[in-house]
Amino acid sequence: MSQTVNVKLNVNGEAAELEVEPRETLLDVVRERLGLTGAHAGCEQGSCGACTVLVDGELTRSCLIFSVQCEDKAITTIEHFGSPDVLHPMMEAFRRHHGLQCGFCTPAMVLTAIAFLEESPHPTEGEVRSALAGNLCRCTGYAGIVDAVLDGAGVAE
Amino acid sequence: MKPAPFDYVRCANVAEAIAALAGEEGAKVIAGGQSLVPLMAMRLARPTLLVDVNDVGLDGITVEGDVVRVGACTRHRRLERDPVIARAAPLLREAAGLIGYPAIRTRGTIGGSLAHADPVAELPTVLLAAGGSVVVRSAAGTRVIEAADLFTGFLGTTLEHEEIIEDVLLPVAGPRHGSSFCEWSPREGDFATAGVALAIERDDDGRCRALGAAACGIASVPLDCSTLMASALGETSASGAVLRQIARVMRAELGGDTDRADLVGLLAARAVHRAFARSDVPGEAAA
Repeated sequence: MSQTVNVKLNVNGEAAELEVEPRETLLDVVRERLGLTGAHAGCEQGSCGACTVLVDGELTRSCLIFSVQCEDKAITTIEHFGSPDVLHPMMEAFRRHHGLQCGFCTPAMVLTAIAFLEESPHPTEGEVRSALAGNLCRCTGYAGIVDAVLDGAGVAE
Repeated sequence: MKPAPFDYVRCANVAEAIAALAGEEGAKVIAGGQSLVPLMAMRLARPTLLVDVNDVGLDGITVEGDVVRVGACTRHRRLERDPVIARAAPLLREAAGLIGYPAIRTRGTIGGSLAHADPVAELPTVLLAAGGSVVVRSAAGTRVIEAADLFTGFLGTTLEHEEIIEDVLLPVAGPRHGSSFCEWSPREGDFATAGVALAIERDDDGRCRALGAAACGIASVPLDCSTLMASALGETSASGAVLRQIARVMRAELGGDTDRADLVGLLAARAVHRAFARSDVPGEAAA
């Protein structure tokens, strides 16, 4: 049981061919094999949201999907959106509004916010809070995060 | 990686999946995986083979006469947004939007939720309240299991090991249909403590002529509450007297003086209020 299998992934526009065990989650593979450590391993049971990535453009918990299920799917991680040298406007909004302290939840928060605003470009504060309800932050109390997302959407003062 | 080792097969059609299940006692179907993978991460589930049904083509939504047929692999996100579901099964649309978080709803499926049979989950409760059924297939052919015969206990169903849910059947909402799914959860998106699903049909004079209701979070299975809420039948509005009566009966019959019975009584009254409000104007059931 559990021979390794070959899987072809497309991560941030680049093809990757890997030998994996079926039990390796997408999170395991992007972090441990591809070195993309922006997706964080928090609860690894779907509750905290720190591992959120996009699969074919849709928000997905990378801890709740196995990499063998992602053959031929387009995976997008936070690294696609910016880097310490070139911040995405949403990353810049988080910095400006103190939307992070320890930073553990931040990559997934930013990625979730970007995906959310693509669908709802002019949200209310309540809609922002609902959109982020599945991403836990234990530092900020969320106020700075919500301000950052509203600012990023261009609806703050 | 936390799960125990397993083998994996991605199936191209239902027959392949049934054959894969038949060949391995420890095999388990995976669709969205949003309930199964957490159980595997905690090693509460240790399947030896995962049979992936995401690509077997079970994701259509069609209306056939007075029945809406939903493919088992239809994801919650689509149920939230599909215009056919909004019109034909507004209770399903509302309930789907209450499941977990957006990133859960993009993966989770209706068939997976029903087969998992979590007693606090929304969709088993909807199936029971709406009087729906599931079409299941095995090597022997297909059979239909009514909602009332599907759930047997905590995470338990009458599905056989080699059976796969293909479709979910729900009655199409009538011209003066009203529905509501009311639940209470301590945190948005978290598992509900309890919830009540309600669907009513009203006649041309506005009288409630049919009612189906079920509650989650009060027993080891979704509980049929149609009889307990029958006092709404024949009513033309959700008056205070009707709401109080329903809350009182639900509370008394579901455990008396407990917080949870209190909660279910209140949720039931709220559901009646909303279902009537949503059916006051003919054709506005999806509002």
